[in-house]
Amino acid sequence: MSAVVQAAQVLPTQRGPVVDFFIRLFREKPLGAIGFVVVLLFLFCGIFADVIAPYGMNQISPANRLKPPSARFWLGTDHLGRDMFSRLLYGAQLSVIIGFAAATLATVISVLLGIVTGYLGGKVDLVIQRMVDAWMSFPDLIILIVVVSVLGPGMPQVIFVLGLVFGIGGSRIVRGAVVSVRENMYVHAAQSMGASTARILLQHILPNILPPVIVLFTTRVGAVILVESGLSFLGFGVPPPAPTWGGLLSGSGRTYMYMAPWLALAPGLCITIVVYAINVLGDAMRDLLDPRMRGSR
Amino acid sequence: MAKLLEVSGLTTSFRTERGPVMAVDSVSFDVDAGETLAIVGESGSGKSVSALSLMRLIPNPPGEIVAGSVMFEGQDLLKITEAEMRAVRGDRIAMIFQEPMTSLNPSLTVGMQVGEPVMLHRGASWKAALERAGELLARVRIPDARSRVDAYPHQFSGGMRQRAMIAMALACQPKLIIADEPTTALDVTVQSQILSLLKELTRETGAALILITHDLGVVARYADRVSVMYAGRVVETGTARDIYKRPQHPYTQGLMACVPRLDQVLGRRLVPIDGQPPDLTRLPPGCAFAPRCGWVTERCLQERPSLDPVGNGHLKACFVDVDARVGEHV
Repeated sequence: MSAVVQAAQVLPTQRGPVVDFFIRLFREKPLGAIGFVVVLLFLFCGIFADVIAPYGMNQISPANRLKPPSARFWLGTDHLGRDMFSRLLYGAQLSVIIGFAAATLATVISVLLGIVTGYLGGKVDLVIQRMVDAWMSFPDLIILIVVVSVLGPGMPQVIFVLGLVFGIGGSRIVRGAVVSVRENMYVHAAQSMGASTARILLQHILPNILPPVIVLFTTRVGAVILVESGLSFLGFGVPPPAPTWGGLLSGSGRTYMYMAPWLALAPGLCITIVVYAINVLGDAMRDLLDPRMRGSR
Repeated sequence: MAKLLEVSGLTTSFRTERGPVMAVDSVSFDVDAGETLAIVGESGSGKSVSALSLMRLIPNPPGEIVAGSVMFEGQDLLKITEAEMRAVRGDRIAMIFQEPMTSLNPSLTVGMQVGEPVMLHRGASWKAALERAGELLARVRIPDARSRVDAYPHQFSGGMRQRAMIAMALACQPKLIIADEPTTALDVTVQSQILSLLKELTRETGAALILITHDLGVVARYADRVSVMYAGRVVETGTARDIYKRPQHPYTQGLMACVPRLDQVLGRRLVPIDGQPPDLTRLPPGCAFAPRCGWVTERCLQERPSLDPVGNGHLKACFVDVDARVGEHV
């Protein structure tokens, strides 16, 4: 009887790595856990904006213009009498869509470029990475504004440009991870077994660079939301009347800042809190997923 | 009958900042079917590079195979295409590396990795490959093998990982297994288990084994024949018995003198070989061992000795007739 109990204690816990990750997140990284909760809330608002929002996205009510926050309009109304709370929720929806779509595109580009240049090395690496250098020497915002001016404003364009800009820059991080994984013995062992290059990349390299890639993706979501707000603020993002947070800030928020400060405060705080939460979560994930930190409780 | 593997004149050079280095210089050796050949030498003597060269796994750049031929089952492995070579690796020639702790991919299950060669070379399905992995793990005596198929490498001990590597090497029943210091990172007791297992399994499957090691004790127990390497060259080749009983090259003799033996006179000191292993970028024009050799002659410093037979399949690369001069040496 006691032998059975002992054996059960000796066996490692059979928790999956994902469950284990979240347990550790809440136990070891309280700030990261708060960030995680905020991000969940943000996702929830974005996904269910149509259900939660008390008013329509562009529902005008001329009688209730520039009303301060009240029980009827939680965050007040703008100069056309549109409910700010509802517009913020729809703004969250846009941010979720743009953030995740652009970050996904960016991650795919980063992984493709990084894995090819990192694994093949040599001339391929040299040529592609010098092109990346050239690309990265331009400030992001300049590239963004130029490309959006050419393609015209609109959500697909913004997603494409942000994905491209962040994807090319991020390839450097993926490349670094690949270079360090490439020299592992199991990669040589796979070669000695007759595995093809494609197979080595997919089976043996990709799973082992996933932790930095996951972190890269997470922080990219935050960065994309921030830059998209900036673009919309400057009028190069998703055009009005779509209620992007950056657009809310620059439109009614800036114009009526003295008469109705809540119009600028609300979207500004939303951007700050969500981006900060995503970054804190990304930081916590980087620490938890770093193999060198594993087991150092 | 033709040999299973015949390596001749194999030369591999690496580009370095201080000029090209011949890590492997005109190396020749051969292996018969079912035979165990040990390649012995100190670190940097070119043992591992020889093995990697014949598998065509030398990273290029900086490395390059500049000369030689590797005849395996009547085919020159240095002349076939990369795709053809991939079909040989893991199927007809398998390799076991020296670091079991890092030779398995930490993010895949052991079963997926042990079964991978079967998928690659036999076109087996995932299910069949995992099934085979279970059989193979049982064959290398991993207890409870069927359930271990789904374990990850970090759940295995060093010895178990090396067993898993052996299982992977055996997956396609190769004709030749190259084990590159398979036991270096393991405990002494585990070492002998692993080597005995390897020897037993090669005997069962009829596979030939090239055992790369610096451990002369291992050689004595497990090898049929021995090639001794020094500074990228083979300096002596013979049957394991001959190499032990009558080492002909001063370097081999030096190696034997610095191994402790259970049957030696108590209190006798071990005799180290004087000097340092040579710098491969600045090898002397003559015999590479000459600066450390007790029997060095004028000729040794100027001319490179070739690997010549001294009878009974025994070859050595030395000008000095050691047997005749034994009396002179102190």
